[in-house]
Amino acid sequence: MADTLKIRVLVRPKSGILDPQGEAVRRALPALGFEGVKTVHIGRLVEMEVESADEIEGMCRRLLANPTIEEYEWEVVR
Amino acid sequence: MGGGTVRIGVTVFPGSNCDRDALYAIQRAGAEPVELWHADANLKGVEAVVVPGGFSYGDYLRPGAIARFAKVMAPLEEFASAGGPVLGVCNGFQVLTEAHLLPGALLRNTHMRFVCSRALVRFESVQTPWTSLFEPGDRLTLPVAHNEGNYFADEKTIAELEDEGRVVLRYMDNPNGSVNDIAGICSEGRNVVGLMPHPERASDPTLGFGEGLKVFESVLSFAGIKA
Repeated sequence: MADTLKIRVLVRPKSGILDPQGEAVRRALPALGFEGVKTVHIGRLVEMEVESADEIEGMCRRLLANPTIEEYEWEVVR
Repeated sequence: MGGGTVRIGVTVFPGSNCDRDALYAIQRAGAEPVELWHADANLKGVEAVVVPGGFSYGDYLRPGAIARFAKVMAPLEEFASAGGPVLGVCNGFQVLTEAHLLPGALLRNTHMRFVCSRALVRFESVQTPWTSLFEPGDRLTLPVAHNEGNYFADEKTIAELEDEGRVVLRYMDNPNGSVNDIAGICSEGRNVVGLMPHPERASDPTLGFGEGLKVFESVLSFAGIKA
C-alpha cells in the first residue's frame, strides 16, 4: 500500500473581501462578555489523506478554493 | 409556431429546485422544454440552456462549486463559448461564475440572512438574447430567494462590466449588499446571462406576476434561434 500523507488546506476570504460570517461573530463575542476582539475572519479547513502531494496545488485552485474571492495555503501534517 | 418549435434545455443537478418552474416558463413562452440531466454528455440539440436555481449538491463547499464539474457542464461550456444563449438563475448564476463563464462571485448576503422576498429591479442593458424584449429602464418586481446573492468582483472587473454595458439588472432596493446594486450581468459575448432574481417564478399571472415570462420570450425572438 502506498504511503499516506496527511494534508491540511486552509481556505479563507481574501483580505479586503467582505467576511460577513467573521463580522457577525466579532459582534457576537462582546455579548458573551469577551471584550477587545478587533477582527474575526472565518475560513475553511480541509483535511485530506493522499498518496502524493503533487496535485494539491491544482486541487486548491480548481475546487477547494475560489481564487476570485479566497486565498489558500496548505501543508503536509507531521 | 408549427413545425419549427425551438427546444430550450434546463439542466437538472441533484438539489436543483427551480428546474420545473423553468421548464414550465419555457413551455408557456411557446418553446419545447428539454430536461438536461447532470450526467448527460450532450445538450440534446437544444438552442438555448437555462441553469436553474436551487441548492445543487447541497451548496457543499461553495454554491455551484461541485455542479460546475458535472458531466453536462463540458458540452454547456462549449455551447456558451460558441455563442449559444445560456441563462443562469440564482444557483445557476453561482454555477456559471464558478465555471468562469461569468466573472466575479456571489458572496454571502451582507446581513447574513437568507432573503426570500420580492425585489424591484431595473433593466440596464438589454442587449442580450434573454432581455431583448425589454427596454433599458424597465422596472419589474421579481422574486428573490438566496443566501449568497451578494455579487462581488474586483474593481477592475466591475469597471469593465459598467463600461461595457454588461450590467443587465440592478436592484432598486439592494437586498443582499451586492456591488453597485448588481442583480444580473452578462458575459463579454453577451450570450451568457446570470440573474439572482427569478423570472421563471414570475411567468404566470395566476401566481401574482407574469412579466418574467418575457425573459423566455426574448430568447425565442433572438435572431439566431428564431424559428
